[in-house]
Amino acid sequence: MSKVPYEVYTEDVEALSVLSPDGEIINKDMMPILSDDQLKEIMYRMVFTRTWDDRAVNLGRQGRLGFYAPVSGQEATMVGSEFAIEKEDFVCPGYRDIPQLVWHGLPLYQAFLYSRGHQHGGQIPDGVNVLMPQIIIGAQILHAMGIAMGYKLKKQKQVVITYTGDGGSSEGDFYEGLNYAGVYKLPVIFFVQNNGYAITTPFAKQTAALSIAHKAVAAGIKGVKVDGMDIFAVIKAVQEAAERGRNGEGATLIEAVTYRFRPHSLSDDASKYRTKEEEAEWSAKDPIARFAKYLEKKGLWTEEDTARVKEEAKAKVNEEIKKAEKTEKMTISGLIDSMFEQTPKHLEEQKADFQ
Amino acid sequence: MAQMNMKEAIRDALRVELKRDPNVLLFGEDVGNVGGVFRVTEGLQKEFGEERVFDTPLAESAIGGLAVGLGVQGFRPVAEIQFVGFIFEALDQMVVQAARMRFRSGGKYNSPIVFRTPFGGGVKAAELHTDSLEGLLTQTPGIKVVVPSNPYDAKGLMIASIRDNDPVFFMEHLNLYHAFRAEVPEEDYVVELGKANVVREGSDVTIITYGMMVHTSVKAAEELEKQGIKVEVIDLRTVSPIDIDTIVASIKKTNRAIVVQEAQKSAGVAAEVIAQINEKAILHLEAPVLRVAGPDTVYPFAQIEDTWLPNPARIVAAVNKVVNF
Ligand SMILES: Cc1ncc(C[n+]2csc(CCOP(=O)(O)OP(=O)(O)O)c2C)c(N)n1
Repeated sequence: MSKVPYEVYTEDVEALSVLSPDGEIINKDMMPILSDDQLKEIMYRMVFTRTWDDRAVNLGRQGRLGFYAPVSGQEATMVGSEFAIEKEDFVCPGYRDIPQLVWHGLPLYQAFLYSRGHQHGGQIPDGVNVLMPQIIIGAQILHAMGIAMGYKLKKQKQVVITYTGDGGSSEGDFYEGLNYAGVYKLPVIFFVQNNGYAITTPFAKQTAALSIAHKAVAAGIKGVKVDGMDIFAVIKAVQEAAERGRNGEGATLIEAVTYRFRPHSLSDDASKYRTKEEEAEWSAKDPIARFAKYLEKKGLWTEEDTARVKEEAKAKVNEEIKKAEKTEKMTISGLIDSMFEQTPKHLEEQKADFQ
Repeated sequence: MAQMNMKEAIRDALRVELKRDPNVLLFGEDVGNVGGVFRVTEGLQKEFGEERVFDTPLAESAIGGLAVGLGVQGFRPVAEIQFVGFIFEALDQMVVQAARMRFRSGGKYNSPIVFRTPFGGGVKAAELHTDSLEGLLTQTPGIKVVVPSNPYDAKGLMIASIRDNDPVFFMEHLNLYHAFRAEVPEEDYVVELGKANVVREGSDVTIITYGMMVHTSVKAAEELEKQGIKVEVIDLRTVSPIDIDTIVASIKKTNRAIVVQEAQKSAGVAAEVIAQINEKAILHLEAPVLRVAGPDTVYPFAQIEDTWLPNPARIVAAVNKVVNF
């Protein structure tokens, strides 16, 4: 098939799919290599994340959490993409990407503290290669390319993965990050979770491009599109991107087409902009149900396992929220002292206003 | 007259202007279909169509630049930045491009734009949703900065802002959207930009403030009244330009003043007010003018914002200081 480039680039791209909604492998060549233990671990994390999300929504309603952005439906993109990188690799998240941080090593109680508006939530423990969740959409993408350049300069083989949404892919920062990563051939993975909405704005109003993956073309980096409800497709794409990064082949833009079952945030009513039919259509693609079918057929997972993980997750969430609640409260003088390495005189004076 | 909260009053102003002038356009992230994250623009897309009221992609610099370009074309854009902390993404378009258009083009083009943004603390929002960034904006020549404190003013100031041929930054305090209802005329009227309002008369001390802090200051004034101190409270309404005449007139009467702002203490609106008082009324003062403000830290996470924000007790203490100087 010979085609002139512009035809290639104006065509839609089909998303990579490995696992069918009935839990069958439909793309053997693209199946990532995973041991039975790894498969069970991934499922464990996905069920845990869903349970924690359910609990977080309740905790939010009880006023025990602050700002919280639900994640249900996005377990394959979140858990899968993090699983596909190494502990030494770096994660630069958006505000919704708390699961990736936690699975990469941020203690859960700190994630809760972050939500409750406590500074300690952002004090990442040593050896955990992540940045705090980013509120400014797109800013983390630029940090990711800086961190990636750092690895490159230090001749370290790590890669950086950074996350944003379909909305985030419209920000200037997104294009600037892609372009720099292309120019400097940086080991960075731009992972866009396209869940169809930026708060209320649907994908069709976000961009006229057929896919976000197309946007890689203009930056001279590799772009791929995957089924974001398919754990294997996500893992495969990220593994390949990480390998390319480690081999000095540069950056990859991954668009994962997914859906969040809940609205944008706890204070948001999705019925104003989404239809019941659409929600039903996507819930039939539930990444956990799909993966469970596969594992059940292989004899690696049962409904009892799901029930057990749910109980474990609930207990763990309870323990960690209590730990967050018991953490010593912030003080204004502590806050003032966290502005500079050495607190200047005028700030020392300002402390007096709060005694 | 109708009873409206501040959100409804702003919506009413937008409706009046959309109806009156076909060049008025409303846009920003999520403002169209559902009417914004606070539903300020709810129903307006239905009423005026998608060409006049529309959602933009998620890109603040583009929202700012779009407004600048439309202004050149003779439109009157009302552009929403969803939350105050995201104006930084658009600052080049706001402070460099919009604010300099008249100057750079020798008066050929202007920027008849209103940039609307919710801001203001005490609501336990996420990081960068509540900061008081008005001081930063008031340092920009060529831009006006408006901060209404009540529904009546909000409507009149919004209409005045839309009709103004220069860029206006219109800041809507989150805590005031639903705080209370007040009488708001249904017809159109303007509250002049750059004109302060004496919201409470008194003879002993002047409190100069704006936005949410008007209400906090009035509370403090009521407490001080019990101590026998009569406080005059001035609501600036527009923090750039500042209505120094109203302030000076008041200081001539009271000879003492403090300035209350939610923003961090240094180099902001309060500092500017005090500088102008020094220039115009220093000989009428019996005591230094004090500031009650947030400390010079980043706006804190939700945990301690209630302690961080100025409260009546701190205002009472400052007033006592200037009275007993
Ligand atoms: C610079 C900036 N602009 C606006 C916002 C407000 N905001 C928060 S989330 C959001 C939508 C994000 O959509 P998307 O990137 O698709 O991610 P999703 O929420 O769907 O995961 C917006 C507009 C922000 N946080 N930062």
